[in-house]
Amino acid sequence: MESSNTIIIKGLYKRFPVGKGEFTALSDINLNFAQGEFTGLIGPSGSGKTTLLNILGSLDVPSEGEALVLGNSIGKLTTHEAANLRKVSLGFIFQSYNLLAVHTVYENVEFPLLLLKLSATERHKMVMDALEWVGLTDKIKSKPPQLSGGQCQRVAIARAMVKKPSLVLADEPTANLDAANSHHILKTMETLNRELKTTFVFATHDDKVISYLRRKVYLLDGRIDKVEVIHPNS
Amino acid sequence: MIKFLIKGLLRDKSRSRLPIIVVSLGVMLTVFMHAYITGFMGDTFEMNAKFSTGHVKVMTRAYAENSSQLPNDLALIESGKLLANLRLNHPYMEWTPRIQFGGLIDAPDSTGETRSQGPAIGLGIDLLSGNTGEAERLNLTSSLVQGRLPIKKGEALLSDDFARKLNVIPGDEVTLIGSTMNGSMSMHNFTVAGTVKFGTEIMDRGSVIADIEDVRAALDMEDASGEILGFEKKGFYENKKAENMSAVFNSTSSNADDEYSPIMKSLSQQGNMGQYVQMSELWAAYISLIFIFAMSLVLWNAGLLGGLRRYGEVGIRLAIGEEKGHIFRSMIVESFFIGLAGSVLGTAIGLFFAWLVQTYGIDISGMMKGASMMMPTAIRARITTPDFYIGFIPGVISTVFGTMLSGIGIYRRQTATLFKELEA
Ligand SMILES: Nc1ncnc2c1ncn2[C@@H]1O[C@H](COP(=O)(O)OP(=O)(O)OP(=O)(O)O)[C@@H](O)[C@H]1O
Ligand SMILES: [Mg+2]
Repeated sequence: MESSNTIIIKGLYKRFPVGKGEFTALSDINLNFAQGEFTGLIGPSGSGKTTLLNILGSLDVPSEGEALVLGNSIGKLTTHEAANLRKVSLGFIFQSYNLLAVHTVYENVEFPLLLLKLSATERHKMVMDALEWVGLTDKIKSKPPQLSGGQCQRVAIARAMVKKPSLVLADEPTANLDAANSHHILKTMETLNRELKTTFVFATHDDKVISYLRRKVYLLDGRIDKVEVIHPNS
Repeated sequence: MIKFLIKGLLRDKSRSRLPIIVVSLGVMLTVFMHAYITGFMGDTFEMNAKFSTGHVKVMTRAYAENSSQLPNDLALIESGKLLANLRLNHPYMEWTPRIQFGGLIDAPDSTGETRSQGPAIGLGIDLLSGNTGEAERLNLTSSLVQGRLPIKKGEALLSDDFARKLNVIPGDEVTLIGSTMNGSMSMHNFTVAGTVKFGTEIMDRGSVIADIEDVRAALDMEDASGEILGFEKKGFYENKKAENMSAVFNSTSSNADDEYSPIMKSLSQQGNMGQYVQMSELWAAYISLIFIFAMSLVLWNAGLLGGLRRYGEVGIRLAIGEEKGHIFRSMIVESFFIGLAGSVLGTAIGLFFAWLVQTYGIDISGMMKGASMMMPTAIRARITTPDFYIGFIPGVISTVFGTMLSGIGIYRRQTATLFKELEA
């Protein structure tokens, strides 16, 4: 049963040192994610969404409990293993795109592939595919400052998806976008999720995002408040 | 990946062009300052060397003891032989005999009565044999104010101020009243060929310059020379070399028990020139150090800022799975090339300006009025070997060091914290 789960979280706590004491950002999180989910962590500001996403992305470690991501126990990985996990299996999408301004759209998308030691022909094909998914093949020579916010986020999605990772973590991907652009990129991600079976985990409090989610995990003060599953036929 | 980083480097002006400009400027200043200080110090020595001490000087031991009194009774006798030997043994040096002497210059009127008179410091140099380069060494031609250089026996130069005081002009006869080697009084007539002004107080007060053969005749110093000066043919004084040469000469050709035996002294071993040599070496070192230190701070900060500015890029590179160590190393390599490019450029520009100042000089004669030490009237930079590498110390090392320090931030911070900063 567990093997079909991309992510298994057991009794997870995250505490941050604050002054002389500590602040508990996540308490007793128990949660699994199956392969191919399209799920969101929902909650008000400060509820711990980003903290949990960072742990799943091996950018941070639990204080207590366990987080197994694709069979890797996050707190126990060496920095080398954590980097390797991110390199091969994880894609990140940020609120503020984080594109490299002096590089072209093509180069930004190609960037993650450079670490994977693929041949130039392989890379070219993969980059063009990814740009096709997000509908930006006509912008390959543009640089991020010449693009709109929506286009930038689509480049960021292509960058996260280009290596076909098993898991994509998206932290408030629509926060800087207008409604039309938000729907556009959400549809894109939904399609990719369906076609590539990529697991998507969002952190959001945006209703537009929430309306696309098939499972909603509500966080409140670092605890799981409730979980809603939307059945496809309902 | 490397190609990718190079592209980023070249396209991002604030990562390449700006730091290269900053580094170049810093390196340029360092190189130039070093050459300038070296030149200024060196010029002061060359002045003194040319007019008085030589790079090395040979005298009798007794003369050396009392050299400030110009004791020509203690001069080197049979100096022709000694001179020939020196030339034979040290062909890379230019050797030239001189006689320094004191006396009175008397300007007679048409009846032979004294019209005016004044004390003079005299210098007998090899002017007429034409093969010791003394006229060029003392810069006589360009120091001429009136008349011309002596071209035959019996002619002399007076310092211009002195000639005005005595009220003589080129073509006039003057009489040198001095004392012979044996202490008796001597009188010798000279025709004033021209007047000179060197721009250094001590040489311009009251000097008379004549061919050494005339001086020998006047002071009864047949084949004698007060001193024999040696000059490095390549031009610049090198303290170590001069001191070594003197040590060798003194151990082989000088006899400590014979006060008339010759002794060689380097510029640094004469008068208080030694102090100046030491002082100048210290100064050059200090000023260069301070400068290198200051430039290092500036460039280190530039490197630091450059690194901090790139946290966003660092964050995304971490997120796509690049390791911290790899990012750190690539930033160091980048800064190394930035530092190298800036250093090469800065060194080239610095050397160019130094070369300009070495060739053309900066006139400071106005500031040198009344100086008792012989100081050059124009400052010239002097390019030496260290100028070719000294700029690389602040240029490369500090730039890399600054980047390293900012890069350590990457290590210190938790990856998640980096992302917080990134999102901010
Ligand atoms: N490094 C840290 N040190 C101390 N406290 C932290 C740290 N990171 C997060 N926190 C705290 O943990 C809590 C959860 O933060 P988190 O960023 O996960 O919230 P969030 O749900 O993503 O909020 P938002 O919607 O504003 O992004 C907050 O109260 C925050 O102040
Ligand atoms: Mg957040």
